[in-house]
Order: sequence, then structure tokens, then C-alpha cells
Amino acid sequence: MDIRAHVSMVFHLDKCIGCHTCSIACKNIWTDRKGTEYMWWNNVETKPGTGYPTLWEDQEKYKGGWEKKNGRIELKLHSRRGGLGNIFHNPYLPTIDDYYEPWTYDYENLFNAPEGDDQPTARAVSMITGKPMESIEAGPNWDDDLGGSPLYARNDVNLDELTEEEREQLNEVERVVFFYLPRICNHCLNPGCVAACPAGAIYKRGEDGIVLLSQEKCRAWRMCISGCPYKKTYFNWASGKSEKCILCYPRLESGQPPACFHSCVGRIRYLGVLLYDADQIESGASVANEDLVAAQRAMIMDPFDPEVIAAAKKNKISDAMITAAQNSPVYKFVKKWQIALPLHPDFRTLPMLFYVPPMLPVLAKTKDGTYDVEGLDKENLPAMLSSLEKARMPIKYMASMFSAGNTNVVEDVYRKLIAVRIFKRAQKVKDYQQAEVDAALASGKTNAEEVEAIFRLTSLPTYEERFVVPPLGRESAVEAWEIPLARKQEAGFGVRNKIAKRKF
Amino acid sequence: MFDNALFIGFPYVAVAIAIVVSIYRFWFDPYSYSSQSSQFLESRVLFFGSVPWHYGIIIILLGHITALLFPGLWGLFTANQTRLYILEIVGLSLALMATVGLVLLLYRRMANARAHAVTSEMDWILLFVLLLQVGLGFWVAYYYRWGSDWYLHTAVPWLLSLLKFQPNIASVSALPFWVKFHFVGGFVIILLLPFTRLVHLLAYPFSYLWREHQIVIWNRSRMN
Repeated sequence: MDIRAHVSMVFHLDKCIGCHTCSIACKNIWTDRKGTEYMWWNNVETKPGTGYPTLWEDQEKYKGGWEKKNGRIELKLHSRRGGLGNIFHNPYLPTIDDYYEPWTYDYENLFNAPEGDDQPTARAVSMITGKPMESIEAGPNWDDDLGGSPLYARNDVNLDELTEEEREQLNEVERVVFFYLPRICNHCLNPGCVAACPAGAIYKRGEDGIVLLSQEKCRAWRMCISGCPYKKTYFNWASGKSEKCILCYPRLESGQPPACFHSCVGRIRYLGVLLYDADQIESGASVANEDLVAAQRAMIMDPFDPEVIAAAKKNKISDAMITAAQNSPVYKFVKKWQIALPLHPDFRTLPMLFYVPPMLPVLAKTKDGTYDVEGLDKENLPAMLSSLEKARMPIKYMASMFSAGNTNVVEDVYRKLIAVRIFKRAQKVKDYQQAEVDAALASGKTNAEEVEAIFRLTSLPTYEERFVVPPLGRESAVEAWEIPLARKQEAGFGVRNKIAKRKF
Repeated sequence: MFDNALFIGFPYVAVAIAIVVSIYRFWFDPYSYSSQSSQFLESRVLFFGSVPWHYGIIIILLGHITALLFPGLWGLFTANQTRLYILEIVGLSLALMATVGLVLLLYRRMANARAHAVTSEMDWILLFVLLLQVGLGFWVAYYYRWGSDWYLHTAVPWLLSLLKFQPNIASVSALPFWVKFHFVGGFVIILLLPFTRLVHLLAYPFSYLWREHQIVIWNRSRMN
């Protein structure tokens, strides 16, 4: 048992309103520099949709992540020798057009245009070439809220498993359904970007699991961009270096949650420590598709187990860190309640960002002036609030995203979430019979106590309950043997030539 | 005198500067050590330029170096007429491949607005010098036929004498102008190496062949 700590995240999709505040908070801090204009380390996409960059989930196109070959996992992108052979041209690299060409507008022209018969206009100007752009073909959130569905939503690869009929139904006006998927770097346990980098510039921090990309070691071989199945490493075309989400580690180290977490309007985000067994990484990433979620859950250890605590202490994990793991909201959602799932476990990178899947609206009809769902569902529960059988979005779609196609895993999550709803509805509105509530709890494999706890952490959590930022103790890690003033007033991240310090 | 400067002084100066500046840059400005790939902005023409260019020039350079380091073996190899024919044909085709690739790369940087936007002055200088050198090499190989053989008796003794710090330019001083030009061009490129993106050839990541797939860095020492 090799116990390590990981700063991990849960996104509760039911609460995401798609406001993009997280994206803006991130952009303002990290990616407003030249060469990064197109990057969204945090982005929110509409599902169904092709996402950002377009079709990122299609690994036949981009070759991200791992695949099983002869019982072992190998990078889908390349073998070691193949990687060095393709170094002069990476055939699976997305180009700027798979994201969008960043642009601004020539506002000066509104003031400086010579007098004429026509109103002056502010033309779109490419932020790469500085030349006017004839047409803007794509931009951030181009397919927001199902915009351009025939082009985007219809080509979502998660729809592949659906029948033709189910796919057609999604296009009917009364059955239209979508939800938001905020994405940041998943800080995987078995990251494809790290493994694909020929220069070895990307690494995982042992103490907290944050995956970072050394700007000084990056040589622009650009394999990480293909290797990451989530397309969360980006190429800075101006500096010639790859960049990625750093989980705002400077904020974490000073006790604040990352900017995207902090700014989240819907309060959908939770952050906390997980203790995991690093010895299980390779075996856990190598199991059959349907077992991937279970294997990842098995890797996450109980922070109250004395054996685990002893092993953690042996690995120099501090007492404060263990306490943080015991209070972690992420542990509750992922392991204790098992209602948060990794995004695309089928990529086999063991992502450490988990999603509570959204409750989907049910199909209903307007009849005699009321809006109602007819009949009972499989569990003999009234399908008023939620029903798996009558959900607009087929469960297979969710399974494709969150459980590598294993519908049982997703159904278990939904049955529990439905139980929470019915239980609380019976409590507050009192329009359910006790027998129905009991049936709901039984089908959700849960009990009143757990349901109350889930409700509490879902709907009424305090700031401190949502973000249990562990004391990363950076000051004791580095500053002890580095002169604190040595780096003062230096230009930081992403500056090509170091800016000289002020001389007094 | 002029020959001494070109074939003794300049090579030593160029190599010395290249070594010192490369090391300096590696230690004090590691951030700048990059291939500065522009594939992200333009991928299609790059494929037809970069792949033939790199594979062509790498094999040709390896040929130059092999003949220099193992002149005896190389001489035995070229002693057979068939083998010499094959070597010349392979060499010329590779040179053609590299030249066409390089022309495409140059064209790409001029014609594609995005690639143009990320091309620095040093990149332009480097591209033109490389094209001149490769073009010269191709011309010399074509016009003064059997270079894979006479290289052994002209450039190799001179380069070996430089390596041994007993410079002797007797074997090259009588060569035609274009051949001499090609020799000097080689050292111009060595001189340019640490000042341009050409440093990426020193950073070719061989270690990827054996390194662990996953890299974990601990800021604190771990008790294990």
C-alpha cells in the first residue's frame, strides 16, 4: 500500500447554470497573455455537443489517452519509438482551427476613419496575424445552448451508442434536452500528457497530485496535446510552449480554492483531499471497461481506517492533511455515497475530477391544462420528479460519458439521487406516501440518514464544507532552503525574456 | 592566408562559440531551448516540408559524420563500383528530398499568414542559410561527381587534422570555389546553432526511449 494524497474535485452538474463565470475567472488570471487567447483552461460546454476543441472526445481522431493491448495499457498516440519518429510532424495534433482563431475588433477605426458617406465599422482582426478576418468561423462557446445543433450536437460521439430512433427524438422540439459540462484539467492519476511528453517536461506533484508542465523543460514537441484525451494541455503559439491548468496552486498554497471554484455562481464545485493507493494505478487503469469506475473507487482509501492512516504517515503525509482527507466533501461524493463519477473513465487516465450527473427532465405531456407524466416507472414510483425510464436523455448517453458504457453504474447513481428527491419532497410537500418513500430508498440502496447528508451537502453547504483546502505547507517545503527574496519582483509565468528586477 | 583564416581560424572559432553559447543558454535560459513548432498554426504544408527535410538531412549528416569517423570502412565500402553507384544515388535523392522539403518550409513561412506571424528574423536567416548550404551540397554532389569517395581524400584529412589540433589544409586548399563554399557553410551553421531555434537538435529527446511513463516530483523528501 503506497498511500498518497490528492487534491481532488467534484462538480455537481445539477447545479451548473452554464454562466461561464468560472471560465472568465480563470482567463482573467492565467490566459490573457499573447499566444493564450484561444485557451480556456476552464471551459463550460453544452452537452450534447462536440465541445472544445471540436470533437475532443473522439479518440480515433486525436488518439488521446490509453488503450488496452494484449492485457496491458499503452498510449493510443504512439509507442516510444513511434513518438520519436513522429516528432517532426505529429499527425494527430489539433490545430488552431479545431479551437478557434482568436480575434478582436478594430475599434480605433470608429474614431479615426476619414469622413465619408458610410458609417465606419470595427472589423474583426485576427489576434494571430493582425490581419482583418473575412469571416469568423468559430469562437468560444460557439455551440452554447445547442446553437448549431445539426452541426455540433448531432455529432457528439456519446450519441454513437444510441439507436437511430433515440437520436431522432432528441431533435424533436418537445424532447430537446441539454446540460452543461464544466471542464478543467482532471489532474489524472495516470495522465496521458505526462506519458506522451518526449522531453519529460510534465509531472505530477507527489504531495498533492497537481499535474504541472515545466515551461523550462518544454521543447515544443507537442505530443502532450494529443496525448491528453481531454485536450486540456494547450499550445501557446507565441511562446512555443505547452501550457495547462495548474489548479491555481499558488492560491491553494495560500489556503484559497482555485479561482474557478471560488467564483462558481451555482456553487456546484467541491474541493478536498483524497487518499489513494498508488500501487493500484497500473492495475486499476488496466481492467475491463465495465469495471473501470469500480477499480477507481477501490483505489480511493478510507481516511478513517487506522491501517490507511498508518500507511499515510509512513509516506510523510501530515496529520493536517489526513484530517483534511477525513473532512473531504469529495470523499463523500465519490466513495462514501458513490454518486460522483469520473468523466470518460474509458480513456484510462484515472481522472481525479468527478461529476455528479445531472437529473434529467422527464418526458411529459400537457393534458387538460396540466403538465403531467403518465404512468409509473419500473420501480412503481410516480414518474413526476424523475424517472430513468422516461428521461429525455437516454441513460446510455450518460454511461458513455461517465462510466465507460456501464449503464448499471449510472443507474445506481440516479436511483440514489431520485431517492433523495422523493424523500425530501415527501418531507416538505408531503405529497408522497411513506410506502413510496421506502420504495425509493430501497431502489436507491440508501437510507434516511444518508439521504439527509447528501441533501445537506448538495443544497446547503457552507463555503468551508465545499472547499476543504488542505494545508499544503509549501512554506516548509521550499522556502526553508531558498532565500525568499531571491524571486521577488521577477516577472513570472510565460515571459520569454526575464524582465530585470528593479534596482533601488 | 585567407584559406588559413577560413579553414583553420573560422572552424575553431565557430565550434568554440557554439559549444560555449549552447551550454550557457541551456543553463541560464532553458526556457528558450525549444523547437518553436508552428504545426499548431499550419499543419498540412508542414507535413510535406518537415518530414522529408528532417529525414533527408539527418541521414545525409550521419553519412558525413560516419565517413569522417570511420574513413577506412567508408573507403572499403566505396571501393566497389556498384556500391558507389548506389551510395551516390541514395545520397542525391536524400539531398533532393531535403532541398524540396526546405523550399516548402520556406514557402510556408512566406505564404501562410499565421506561420509568417511566428517567424523571427533569426528564423529567416537560418532558413536561407540552410537552403544555401543544402543547395550547394546538392550542386557539388551533382557537378563534382563521386563526392562520397573524394570526400575521404579532401575534407576528411582536413577535418581530422582540426580534430587533432594539428591543422593541415593541404588537402582542401586546391579545391574548386563551390566546394570550399560548402565547407565554410557547414561551420556557419554550427556557429548559428546556439543563436537560433536550431538548438532543438541538441535537445532531441532520446531519453524518451527508456524513461518511466509517469513522472512524480516530490518537493519534500519522502520516507520510504
